[in-house]
Amino acid sequence: MLKFFAARLFQAIPVLFVVITATFFLVHSAPGGPFDAEKTLPAEVLDNLNARYNLDDPLYKQYLSYMGNLVQGDFGPSFRYSNRSVTEMILTGLPITFELALYAMLIALIIGVSAGIVASIKPNTAQDYIPMSLAMAGICMPSFLMGPLLVLIFGISLDWLPVSGWGYAPGDKILPAITLGTGYAAYIARLTRGGMIEVLGQDYIRTAKAKGLPTPTIIYRHALRGGLAPVLAFLGPAFAGLLAGSFVVETIFQIPGLGRFYVQAAFNRDYTMILGTTILLSTLIVVFNILSDILTVWLNPRLTLKD
Amino acid sequence: MSLLDVSALNIDFNTREGVINAVNSVSFTVDRGETLGIVGESGSGKTVCCNALMRLLPTPPAAIKGRAVFDGVDLLTSSESRLRSIRGRRIGMIFQDPMTALNPFMRIGQQIMEPLQLHYKTPKELARKKTLAILQEVGIDKPEQRLDCYAHELSGGMRQRVMIAMALITEPDLLIADEPTTALDVTTQAQILALLNELQQRRNIAMIFISHDLHVIKKIATRVLVLQKGCMVEQGRCAQVFAAPQHDYTKSLLDAIPKGKKPTRYRHEQPLAPNFLSITNASISFPAKPTPNLAVKDVSLSIARGEILGLVGESGCGKTSLAQSLVRLVDLEQGEIKLKNKSLTSLNEKQLRLARKDMQMIFQDPFASLNPRMSIFEIIAEPLKLHGLATTKRSLNEKVLALMCEVGLEANWAHQYPHQFSGGQRQRVAIARAIAVEPQLIIADEPVSALDVTIQAQILKLLLDLCWQYSISMIFISHDLAVVRYVADRIAVMQKGQIVELGNTEALLTNPQHSYTKTLLAARLS
Amino acid sequence: MTTTQLKNTHSNSDYGSYSLWREASYRLKKNTMAMLGFWTLLALFAIAACTPWLAPYAYENQNLALGASPPSAQHLLGTDIHGRDLLTRLMYGSRVSLLVGFAATAVSLVIGILWGTIAGYIGGRIDAVMMRIVDILYALPFMIFIILLMVVFGRSFLLLFLAIGLVEWLTMARIVRAQVLSVRKQEYIDAAIVTGLAHWQIIYRHVMPNILGPVIVYITLTIPSVILLESFLSFLGLGIQPPQSSWGVLISRGVESMEEYPWLLIFPGLTLSITLFSLNFLGDGLRDALDPRTAKN
Repeated sequence: MLKFFAARLFQAIPVLFVVITATFFLVHSAPGGPFDAEKTLPAEVLDNLNARYNLDDPLYKQYLSYMGNLVQGDFGPSFRYSNRSVTEMILTGLPITFELALYAMLIALIIGVSAGIVASIKPNTAQDYIPMSLAMAGICMPSFLMGPLLVLIFGISLDWLPVSGWGYAPGDKILPAITLGTGYAAYIARLTRGGMIEVLGQDYIRTAKAKGLPTPTIIYRHALRGGLAPVLAFLGPAFAGLLAGSFVVETIFQIPGLGRFYVQAAFNRDYTMILGTTILLSTLIVVFNILSDILTVWLNPRLTLKD
Repeated sequence: MSLLDVSALNIDFNTREGVINAVNSVSFTVDRGETLGIVGESGSGKTVCCNALMRLLPTPPAAIKGRAVFDGVDLLTSSESRLRSIRGRRIGMIFQDPMTALNPFMRIGQQIMEPLQLHYKTPKELARKKTLAILQEVGIDKPEQRLDCYAHELSGGMRQRVMIAMALITEPDLLIADEPTTALDVTTQAQILALLNELQQRRNIAMIFISHDLHVIKKIATRVLVLQKGCMVEQGRCAQVFAAPQHDYTKSLLDAIPKGKKPTRYRHEQPLAPNFLSITNASISFPAKPTPNLAVKDVSLSIARGEILGLVGESGCGKTSLAQSLVRLVDLEQGEIKLKNKSLTSLNEKQLRLARKDMQMIFQDPFASLNPRMSIFEIIAEPLKLHGLATTKRSLNEKVLALMCEVGLEANWAHQYPHQFSGGQRQRVAIARAIAVEPQLIIADEPVSALDVTIQAQILKLLLDLCWQYSISMIFISHDLAVVRYVADRIAVMQKGQIVELGNTEALLTNPQHSYTKTLLAARLS
Repeated sequence: MTTTQLKNTHSNSDYGSYSLWREASYRLKKNTMAMLGFWTLLALFAIAACTPWLAPYAYENQNLALGASPPSAQHLLGTDIHGRDLLTRLMYGSRVSLLVGFAATAVSLVIGILWGTIAGYIGGRIDAVMMRIVDILYALPFMIFIILLMVVFGRSFLLLFLAIGLVEWLTMARIVRAQVLSVRKQEYIDAAIVTGLAHWQIIYRHVMPNILGPVIVYITLTIPSVILLESFLSFLGLGIQPPQSSWGVLISRGVESMEEYPWLLIFPGLTLSITLFSLNFLGDGLRDALDPRTAKN
């Protein structure tokens, strides 16, 4: 398994290389520079700034020096916040975003899988229609609508939970995690229902019934492994989606995570910050996709790990 | 008082098209030490009946009435928990296809000991011991190694042995076996039947054995129950029913079994023009690791115009690969195929498409070989249009209707879709499609093995008629020696990719030379 | 096996005219919910197409003195804080949202079907390579790229749906390929080859009709997700900007002031929901209609 993981990671290196290169040139080919916003800057100050960040070098030189630093784990200084390095900022933002995504994923899995199972036991009855209609509504409800609604209900009207921040007040992590998780909960519920209905129709479930097993045992011991296969395959892409979705949630709840940094960096044309975040997120997503693949194979004895 | 007493069992299905009666007032009893065979064609309600006894049918749509008293408990009305204490503990079940009936995600050891742990709370070590013992009893060698296998790692026969072990581990009083040998090869079938017979005798248990195959029932049952469209038409001691059937339906079932030689009116008097189709040194292999899997090894054959060659062998022997290579669905690795002395193997894509007019194929599963989204008319019209055999709309209409008439389909069915037909009717559509282009060669791959016996007889007659009338050569693939004997002029026996014996039908069957042919003939139940 | 006979509604003897599409449209018409969805979508399209002539006001018209006002006879759905007529903005917003939704889905459909069909039908090494490419692209953080593109090249409309379309085709290709693979294994494809059909004929006549169901369902899921993606970008300030509008812009603005001026959220939200539900019902209806096996007699 480790060998497989390493092999897949090794395969991912050229992909990441292309991503980094493409992002680098994309960002640098954009009209406007990082210091455009400060229009009042005199020409020589601007030149000085550009010289300090080597922005006056030819592009290929900038690229080479950037790649050189990157290999050593240095993402370079932030153009925007002159006294902070990108590595530093990522290190403060990443754990927060990661934690948010993890909680959201947990919520999505718990709600989604249980709703899907409930719906799949008696398909085409109220027990199916009600959770699935809620799921459809959940998919249709964008997080930038969900977030403020939750804030309005639980934060302002009922005054149960804090409405912003991350780790400043007890319970302030609940609303952001729910906001981010619900859309995926709905999607996972649909996937679970589909997978479970298919598995519950299989002959080996009839065998399990004929053995005298009670329904919960049948579901837990015989159906779940096959039925959750589509959910497992979705975990990788879901994680990518959660990271991207954190941009909105972090903005709504004023959470100082990576997503918020990224959006700000994009507006500020903070090249090194954009590059750093993109590289980091790409790597994370690649890793999670590989983990998702491994999990799928590991849980299905008919598949073997091969590239 | 019998162990199981079923009376006036009635099962309806509520569907969108209204209520369909699947089982109509069926009554029977089973006692310890005897085997009740339930026989009937597809849709006769035999499986539904037994699933209803174990309450494995979802209700709704099913509505079950009647009584089924097992050792004092009415299975149909008892509480769910009472029923669960009977299922798997006192009544065991075996299903048709062990591949799908075993959980692919669970090791077989775990699956076998599950009923023990559930019903008797047997500790793990003891359960393991008992599992090893029963695996030995059902004839699995090296049981310690098999415990940790998954279903897909075993052969078909082994899987069915595992199913049997799983059903018997709690030492039930009644065993229900639903077509347990249908998915198996003939030689394996013979072994499994012998095993079931022996186990039933030794443990003195009651058994209900469901099958569509009269030979199998005759071999294993003490008493037999004949079902037709959900109704019980005959019940009695096995030997008696087979020797002197009372009901017309039972008679027609027995008559439909192909018996004896090829009818003389289909036999050619004069020697036929030889080498119509010739295969020389054909080999086929499929890519596999670590070594390519050689499916057909160095096979040579030739067929005369109008001749029917039977190709027999067990699953995986390469007969289907060989057949598919004849119509170039798979490519030969080596060797050559010549039709009318013209090489088929060297044709390019375009020439091949034209050449296909002369050779057609009929597939085993008429549910899979018809496009579900095309009407019967479109299916039969497609080859006609493609090969320019009908140029105007009018002539196309006429030709399609004529073909439908020829294979025994009614004209007003033309705009219906395949799912609306029964297996036999679908196979007629497939035959109409094949003969539409007036081919000279037909490859028929198990064309009747998915069909009921009465339908099987009709389709065989249709094929014989058509081949005779248009002097079509046919390669008829089957695992069923009785069918092949009825149809073929010559028989080729295949084993592990090679033809081990080839000869005139009667000569080969009465005086087999090769040991494998002898094994096959010995496994024959009739 | 019971043979249920279809009612012979067409009494002429021209059986060849019983095409899949005619049957499907016949069945679709009997499905009330699907037809409701269909007519709702059609009406939305018609309104969006005719907006320049139908809209009660010009979209950039402001009436700062009026400010945000609840629905009234002059402004049927009320006005926003700049005194802009909500109905007008919603109608113009439909043009953007529907165009983005359908155009981007069309882009993904064309690429996805071509890619998936080729990979699934040919199979073998070509399939492996093609799907590996999809896997690799799938693993990339596309949302980040879209944001990047919007930042770098400005908020171009064309770029927006091209970018979204280029992302969405990946899933489409995977679904199509999986379907083609399973259809490819069916015996009726072998039967078609033996009949002598060329590969393009087999794809067109036998493969395509049999993969349509899941593809249509996926289309009806993609369109909403694309509309939402545009809203998402607009929310971050990277999509369409006022005074131009889209449903996403209107909803995100509505959210900001939902306590004081709830109608600014309710009407755009309602329009989006109706569209998504219509698509859902039409999609399910189409899938059923295209499958002769689910026909109700």
